[in-house]
Amino acid sequence: MIQSDVKLDTLGYFCPMPIIMTSKKIKELIPGQVLEVLSDDEGIKKDMPAWCQTTGHEMVGLEEEASDARRIYRAFVKKTKQ
Amino acid sequence: MNSTKLEPATALAELQEQKPDRVTIVVLSGDMDRVMAAFIIASGAAAMGMPVTMFFTFWGLNAIRRDGVSGGAKDWLRRMFGWLNKGGADSLPLSRFHFWGLGTRMMKRVMQQHRMPGIPELRETAHELGVRFIACTTTLGLMGISKDTLIDDVDQLAGVTTYLAEAKEGSVNLFI
Repeated sequence: MIQSDVKLDTLGYFCPMPIIMTSKKIKELIPGQVLEVLSDDEGIKKDMPAWCQTTGHEMVGLEEEASDARRIYRAFVKKTKQ
Repeated sequence: MNSTKLEPATALAELQEQKPDRVTIVVLSGDMDRVMAAFIIASGAAAMGMPVTMFFTFWGLNAIRRDGVSGGAKDWLRRMFGWLNKGGADSLPLSRFHFWGLGTRMMKRVMQQHRMPGIPELRETAHELGVRFIACTTTLGLMGISKDTLIDDVDQLAGVTTYLAEAKEGSVNLFI
């Protein structure tokens, strides 16, 4: 289990909303803190690493959990710079 | 003491490396689905930290017109055209299955059920993220759309050279 400082719930939102919400939320963090993004959009598995690669933030990990009918993804992003 | 010597070549390479990828999108279509894709790509790119410019021309101008205003042109021909070509981001038709508005209404309903933002919300999000909106002056005139009927978020009115000057620097240039 990865520890996070701030959580962001994007459940029910489709691309590009989770990424846009992430890019807004990350501004509230200080460098070194980890943002946990909760999403049920499978695209996040590829989109979050791509977003991190472009913006320079660090993708710490991605957890996947299957509950009942849907899958929930937790993406952990460490803010690297202001 | 520690001093670093600056190699002009490496400094230039670093500078080029640091230069963020620019994105330009020409929006010629006024179809709801196409405009939606354009705004989604634009906001996605902006969220990734890329400077994005959207150029609206022809039917695409309807996406940046205020709802419920008519053209405002002086001569009757263009006034008629402006009257027939009702604008407003919320009233764009689907490129297929519009069915005199029924299909588009159904699509909007499905989008709402899936918490998908509509065109006005997508446009607002894009603008909030710093996407620049440019309206093409030539087609504004052709379509009988006066500039005071455009939304306030339009950053500037310009022509093809402005587009090309930006597209030349762009690493992603789309025509939708």
